[in-house]
Amino acid sequence: MQYVPYEELSYLDSDKRIQKLLKIVKQNKVVLMEGTLSSQEEADLIEATMEIVDSKFKGVEISAFNPMEKVTKKTPQDQLKKIFINLIWGRRRGLTVIGPANIIKDIRRDPKSIQLFLSNRRK
Amino acid sequence: MIQKFKDFFFSILSIFNQKKHIKLGIYGPPNGGKTTLANRICQDWLGEAMGEASSIAHETREIQQKEKVQVESNGKKLSFNLIDTPGIATKIDYEDFIKKGMKKKEAQGRAKEATKGVIEAIKWLDNMDAVLVVLDSTKNPYDQVNITIIGNLAARDIPVLILGNKTDLKRSNLKKIEAAFPQYPVLGVSAEYGDNIEDFYKEIFKLVK
Repeated sequence: MQYVPYEELSYLDSDKRIQKLLKIVKQNKVVLMEGTLSSQEEADLIEATMEIVDSKFKGVEISAFNPMEKVTKKTPQDQLKKIFINLIWGRRRGLTVIGPANIIKDIRRDPKSIQLFLSNRRK
Repeated sequence: MIQKFKDFFFSILSIFNQKKHIKLGIYGPPNGGKTTLANRICQDWLGEAMGEASSIAHETREIQQKEKVQVESNGKKLSFNLIDTPGIATKIDYEDFIKKGMKKKEAQGRAKEATKGVIEAIKWLDNMDAVLVVLDSTKNPYDQVNITIIGNLAARDIPVLILGNKTDLKRSNLKKIEAAFPQYPVLGVSAEYGDNIEDFYKEIFKLVK
């Protein structure tokens, strides 16, 4: 498992951030990232992952946990609140787990926890 | 006279505001029942199916579209282009297809097509006017794929209706979906058996109003 602090990613643009995370995952390591990706970055990560899926690399398992954030509609109040919080914290709050699908069997998430189940064999 | 001018002005404005073909997308993870729902809608209103549904994941690997689907409910009519998308996933393992009885080469081909389908589905998000997110109500709704899809729709200001599908199954748990996405309308349906489908058609009118 490799811990990636927020500072290590915060200065990168979205593309480079995703490439850096995928590079670690492709080394068969589970990334424990401080903070969360934006929705767009998560979608970009899925796209980038699909581009490199082959018979050896089956993709990733990902789960983000941010106890303060819920998936909300983008009302003006929400936007304002989000801008204000992001100004102070950026996307530092919460945790994201990303790992190779051949190592992580399952990630179970509920509002209070993330459970990581590892596979007992590597394909 | 002033009132007539007002009426005329607003009628002209409404013509410009009216979209000719609303694009109603169906999104969700694999095996949630997207194509079964699309088939239900198309059978009900066009008299023909949209695509082949299967218990094997990633049956839909390309965007499927039916134009001018006209739905009626409470004496009102609504016309839209219905777009069924490949299931969005973060992993695709060709060996899963082998377990379902496919030969290695066929399974690898299907996996390759499935990865392209996921990319295509994500790219099409920008084209949608409204989206039905179809989730399997027997599964954990906190899956990151669900959160990513709904988060991206929210970021694009695209109206969303979440459908908790497979309510005919014992393990179906709509309350869990409602708790996971409290700010979105959630409706339970069984696309396969047509349970609650009339309410679903009523909800479509609210979604694209």
